[in-house]
Formats: sequence, structure tokens, C-alpha cells
Amino acid sequence: MTQSRREFLKSCGALIVGFSAGSLSLLSAEGQGPFGTHPSHIDPEKLDSWLAVGADGMITAYTGKCDFGQGIFTAQSQLVAEELCVPISRVKLIQCDTSVCPDQGTTSGSQSTPTNFNSESLALAAATAREALLGLAAVKLGEPVAQLTVADGIITSNLGRHVRYEELIGNKRFNVPLSATAKRRAAPDWTVLGKPIPSLDRTGLMTGKFEFVHHVRIPGMLHGRVVRPPEMGATLVHVDEQSVRSVPGLVKVVVRKNFVGVVAETQHQAGLAARKLAVQWNPGPELPPQKNFFDHLQKQPAHDVLSVDSEDIEARLAGASSVIRAKYTYPYQMHGSVGASCAVAEVKPESVTVWSATQSVYPTRSIVAKLLNEPIDKVRVIYVRGSGCYGLNGADAVSFDAAILSQAVGRPVRLQFSRQDEMMWENFGSACAVEHRAALARDGRIVAWDREDWVASMGNRPGYDQPGNVITGMLLGYAPELPGPRSAKPPTGKLRNQSNAVPSYFAGCIGGSCGGDGTVRSERALTHTVRSPFFTGPLRSPLRIQNTFANECFMDELCVHAKADPVGFRLQHLQNSRVIGVLKAAATAASWQARSSPRADISRAQTVSGCGIACVAYEGDNGYAALVAEVDVDLQTGTVRPKRFVIALDCGPVSNPDGLRNQTEGGILQGMSRALVEEVTWDNRRVTSVDWETYNSLHLDYEMPTVETVFVTPANVPATGAGETAITVTPAAIGNAIFGATGARLRTLPFTPERVKAALLSAQSAERA
Amino acid sequence: MREITLTVNGKHHTLALDPETPLLFVLNDELGLCGPRFGCGMAQCGACTVIMRGQVVRSCVMPVSAVGQDEVTTLEGLGTPEKPHPIQQAFIEEGAAQCGFCLSGVILTAKAVLDVKPDASDQAIRDALGGVLCRCFTHTRMLRAIRKYAEARRA
Repeated sequence: MTQSRREFLKSCGALIVGFSAGSLSLLSAEGQGPFGTHPSHIDPEKLDSWLAVGADGMITAYTGKCDFGQGIFTAQSQLVAEELCVPISRVKLIQCDTSVCPDQGTTSGSQSTPTNFNSESLALAAATAREALLGLAAVKLGEPVAQLTVADGIITSNLGRHVRYEELIGNKRFNVPLSATAKRRAAPDWTVLGKPIPSLDRTGLMTGKFEFVHHVRIPGMLHGRVVRPPEMGATLVHVDEQSVRSVPGLVKVVVRKNFVGVVAETQHQAGLAARKLAVQWNPGPELPPQKNFFDHLQKQPAHDVLSVDSEDIEARLAGASSVIRAKYTYPYQMHGSVGASCAVAEVKPESVTVWSATQSVYPTRSIVAKLLNEPIDKVRVIYVRGSGCYGLNGADAVSFDAAILSQAVGRPVRLQFSRQDEMMWENFGSACAVEHRAALARDGRIVAWDREDWVASMGNRPGYDQPGNVITGMLLGYAPELPGPRSAKPPTGKLRNQSNAVPSYFAGCIGGSCGGDGTVRSERALTHTVRSPFFTGPLRSPLRIQNTFANECFMDELCVHAKADPVGFRLQHLQNSRVIGVLKAAATAASWQARSSPRADISRAQTVSGCGIACVAYEGDNGYAALVAEVDVDLQTGTVRPKRFVIALDCGPVSNPDGLRNQTEGGILQGMSRALVEEVTWDNRRVTSVDWETYNSLHLDYEMPTVETVFVTPANVPATGAGETAITVTPAAIGNAIFGATGARLRTLPFTPERVKAALLSAQSAERA
Repeated sequence: MREITLTVNGKHHTLALDPETPLLFVLNDELGLCGPRFGCGMAQCGACTVIMRGQVVRSCVMPVSAVGQDEVTTLEGLGTPEKPHPIQQAFIEEGAAQCGFCLSGVILTAKAVLDVKPDASDQAIRDALGGVLCRCFTHTRMLRAIRKYAEARRA
């Protein structure tokens, strides 16, 4: 390890304010990353790309999966400590810096744990390193590996001779590939991984010392603001630079196609200039009315995909004595990060550096290179944590914007979005409509189930080459990804249930091979993806939460028709042992009382109570959850108050039980906020939910229900994702609990008092009829 | 530009500033403090909270000229990583954060209400937190940490 390399490592872990630009430029001037790998290509097959042992015995690990509050920094540090048999204090984790970390794409989709905690990537690297060190020790000590034990970074032989890691390899390269046969330490032997280690960022966070991307400061840095169009599709006519002539400290008004921004000496001046700048826009197209939006959605030309189709569905439904139908709708919702997004970019003739809270450093690097027309090897993106993102918030767009502004002024620029920049232009979670049709046999079993969903889509993550997928790219003239109308082809291959379009009760048979979790063999799941008037993109549990809301609530409706207990009826139609496992565990933990649905004793008191259940196999096979919700419903006001949640979660071996509980509680309560109050609104021209007065979220004064978490951990299963499993089942469990309490079915999110009252009225008139 | 004297976390600073500059920008950009953060710039979320005269203030909408002689306390002003304030210690013990961006609003608001009313009920504490937003929904742990601090304070 060279001196500059070590300095660089030091500065990476240190506070960012006062971040020495010297060490950074030294690295880029060298044009070489560590270990002889090129900065643009860090070979994931080489151990040295993942891990280094310093002369001081510190283990430095490099990961492409970054922490934005979900606890993966601590968990990955535990993983490395566990596999290397050192205390966690001896591990230093460098996350998501394109000059030194391997390209692991995007930190998303509950993929960090399956990718880095099983038998590839970081876990395999750490296991390979331990075996390599044992091999080196065997040579040095002259004894076979079988005679060696390792603890605390010291390898000891049966004869009591010992050698430290740093004596074997300190500051030197391993020069070996990842070993596919390297053995992970067995879960029962874990001493660091699997333990509730307090998150490593805690003390810094609580004492205000933790530095977010908002606090990155570079010598000579200026401040930027963007000036967005008034509405989607508006195009620039004229920017009157005279209008900001009087603003002190103004450096430049930056205009590129429809992109407008200002750069000034201070934040205050940049804000003044952005507010004062007179910009004339051509209007965009009128928006479809929100009131009938789902009817509009279902009429659009669509890109159709069949997840499963037994091709007998119409015949089976036609032959049934009655067909049960229902339509569910789910609104656009926001990531709505507490901190409006921010990034810092420094575009110099010889290099481009972006400090970014993106989940996707390598894709961001690629897009920045494209937008600036610079070679990709010149661009470095360094992840610095932002406000919790829950998916694709404004972090990517603000990084692109900052780079454009910096390029235009030739100095480092820090760009802070306003609240409205963030909320009006982020990629919302998709609005969806789901229509179900099903039939029951005389014995109450489901004989046929058809479901179609309509998903609003425009844009997505920009990936490596689609800048138009977020607002910046569109303003610069790049087109967003849009669904191309196409009729569905018959499904082939293995059942794919990435978006949980297929209910857990489907057998999921394609060409004779049944990959579903359930027993229903007359089955069809058809997805129509149609053009959205707004940007959409992954929001925590993308499409999984929408689909699970519709699937699990409709399953509850089928229970009613079968006059069956919601738990028993589900069990009757499931065959995946892990879904069954969590369902039973949740029911037991919640002391679920078997009952017919709706229960017979619904009270007509002012406030009624009830419970409901929902379950999911997240993405088909990436985590399992069942949630029991208990709610109070005020029959006069229509107010729903969740009182208690009991969740059973199976994500395989748990890396950090405290971190997982924190994620699970947060997921459920965020899901509750989304179920009860969250909805993007618009008028005929533009999005109108652009701040915390107009977009609802449950603030800290809300009296939260209790959350009880039960982990189900079968032996010998791989680690799955866990950050999105709990939220996925929450709206459905609450909807089913409202039904349990009142006999009224809510099929539209959020469950506002008005919608609850309307559902109560319609339940009463159905009862009278 | 005007010369403005500020007392922040016990230290005096004299700075040449546009008097209309929001206090938040001064704390972040001139003094290098990281506790108060830009959330909304509209006093709607609490991420920029500081304490002045025992009251919580949204520093994103307060012009620096309005601070006057009052001392400003930020999250950093309560305690240090080596010696955290008891309320910070309670948050550390309970692991009451996910992304942590909102913590100035949560911790300083709870401290301010308990300083005035040490026996404040859970309901009173929650009411005080009505203007504070946590989008990770760490509400349960945060309330638990606040209760723990309140109980220890009373003991």
C-alpha cells in the first residue's frame, strides 16, 4: 500500500469537512486505483478489490452496497469481522466510491443481504481472505492448516506458535482470486455477525457530528439552485438574466435546453437568484383529472406481460355458480425524504468528482460522464449518505444537476434542492389499479382466480445510460423510458414474481413446472404497464406493496364468501413452507382467534376494534412475512387507529437482530402512514402536493401502535432481503383489520376518514339488502 | 453585508453577513456545524431545529439578524461523542435513529419541553413533537428514548 493510498483511506473514513482535496487529486492524478486496478474497473474476481490488511492489523473492506439508514454499514462490518475473526473495531468499511470499490450496481431491492451475505461478493472475499491468511500462516509456521486456529487476528498452531495477520500480509496484496470454495463460518459459530451490535453511526448521529452529503464542503465551493419548469412538459421560452442583475454574489445563470440553474457565492444568494429569476415557459399538456385517474389509466395503450396463464380461466369462471369481483386502486406516493436532496460536484479540466447520496454510484458516474460529455474514466462518484431515500428520491437528479452547474462555472458547486424541487419532480411510486375475478367451489376452495393490474410508468432509475429517466435528463433533451404498447406473450420458463403480481395462492404453473406458493391451478396474472403523466420509479417495495395490498385484501374477500377463518383459509391454499411458517408464527404470536369472516359480533358502538392478517413471499423468494394488525375504527368520524402490529419475519440468518427490528418497525409504521394518509395530488396542470402541508405523513405527534416482531429462522437457508418485507404487507393487514372491525371493505388507498365512512355506508346498505 | 455577532454553543463569532441570511445557512456554511440540517426551508419538518432562550426555533426561516444576543444551541451543543448529554445517551442506548437526518428536531424539541415541564406526559411530549417529521418512522424508539431520559431526569 502506498503512502497516498493510506492517506486516502484515512480521509475516507474521516469527517468530510476539511476533506483534503490534495489526497483526492493525488489519486486521480495517478490514474490508478489501489492494487493496480484501474479506477474504472475494479475486478470483483480479485480478492484485493474487496479487502486489504494494513500494517497496523486493520482490515479495510470495500463494498458497493451503501448505508442510507438501513444499517447495512454495521452489518457488513460485522460480516467482515466475523469471517476474518477480528473484533468489529478492527474493520474499516469503505462504501461506494467508484475509485476504490467494486461496481455492485445499485443498493436497492432488498438485494444487499442476498448479494453480500451469502456465498459471493463481500462474504466470499472475506472467507477467501481468512483461508488465504491461514495458508500463509501454514507456510510461515511450518504446520498444516488443519493444525491452526484463528482468533482476534492471530493465527495459532497446536504447538502454541502464533503469527498476526499483519505480519503475514500487512500493506501487501493478496494477489489471489476469490475462491469459489472458500467456506463461510457456520452461523452457529458466529460471535460478531448475528449479534445485536449497536449501529456504528449512532453516537455521531445523536451528537450532531455525523456528516451527511449536505455537509460536504470543498475549497472554493459555490452554491447552486435549480429553477424547474412550472409543470411537466413545459418548455423554455426565455430566461431574463437582467432580472437577477442586482443579486449580490451571483456567479452565473446556467441554461442548457430546458435546464435552468443559478450559481452564487452563498446559499442565501443562490436562493434569492432562483426566486427572482424571470423565466418564461411554454405550458405542458393538461393532466388527466385526478378524480377519474384510474379509469383514464385503464384506457391507455399498454405493454402487457403475463406472469402466469393456465388458459382455462374464462371457461372455469363461466362454469362457476358465481364470480367474485373487486377492483383495488393504489395512488402515487412519494419518497418524500426529510432532507431535500443535495450533492456537490467539482468539474476540473483533468477530473470530475461528485459527492452524492445516490444508491447507484457507478451508474451515476456513467450518466454524469454522458451529460458532461467527458470520458467516463475521468469521473469519480463518492457516496456520502443523505437523508433516508426509500428508493429513487432526488439524489440522482441533484447529482447530475450539480455536475452541470460545476461544469458551467468551472468551480465546485454544492446544489441544494428546495422542498418543491424535491417533491414536485421526484420519481413517484406508481399508481396502480388491480382487478380480480375468482370463483369458489362448493366446499369453499378457490377454483379459479384471475387478476389484471394496470401500472402507471414513466422513467425509472437512470441506470448506466438513460438520463431521461429522471427530470434532469428530460430537461436536457433525453427521453424517459416509456412502456411500448405490446400484447402479452404466453409465459415461458420459470415463474417470475419480482413484483408480487402473482398472489401467494397461485400454483404458478408454466409449462408443467409450478413455481408458485399456492394451490390455485386455474390462474392468470396479467400486467398492463401504461404511460404515466409523472415520473415514476422504485419506492420502497415498488409494485410489491401495491400488488400485495390488492392480492391480500381480495384473498380476505374470498374468505368472506367461503365463510372461513382468514388464517385457516390462507393455509388451505398455501404450499410454500416458509409462507406457511410465518403465517402460523404471526397468528400464534398475536393469539389469533379463528373466526368466520366477517365475525358475527360486530359492534355498533362508537369505536369498534378488529384484526386482520396479510402475508407475502417478497419478490417470490426474497423474504417472507405475515402481519397481524389490530385497529380501532371510529364509526362516526371514520378514523382508523392501528393499536398493535404483530409480525413474523423469515429472512434466513439474521445479520443484526437489533438492526432488523429497527428496519421492521420502521417499515411497518411507514407502511401505516402510506396506508392511512399518503397520496400525491394534482390539478389539471401540475402536482399540488409539494410540501408537508400538502403531502401528508404521520408526524411524531401520532400515537404509534405497538409493534411486536418474531423472527422465524429455518436452518440451512440463505440470507434474504428484509428492508422491504414488512412494509409490503402493512396496507393489506390494516385494510383487512378494518374489515374485521366493521365489515366494511376498503379498496382504495389511503384509508381516509371519508373513504372509511363511505365504505361503512355501503356495507350497511349491503347488509340491509 | 453587516457585521453580526453570534453566540453558538458557548462560542462567540463575529461574521460579515447579509442580515437576511437564514440562521441555518450560517450554522452550516460559516460555522461548519452539522447538527441542524436543511429539510424543507419552510419550518414544516424540524430538521433545522436549534434552541434559543429555552425554546425550539426553526433556523431555516429565522434571519440571522433576528438572533440578537440570544445564545443558539444546536445538537452539537448538548454533548459530545465522548460525553453525550443524557438525552443523547438515551437515544444512543435505544438506537433511536435510522437515517438520523431528523434528529435535531426530535432531540432538541423533547429536551426543550422536558426542561420546562420535567413531568410532561407522553401526550404532552408528543404534542410538542407535532411539527417534527421522521420519514424512516423511528417514532417508537424515539419516544422510548425520550421517556427513558424523562424518567432518569425525574429520578
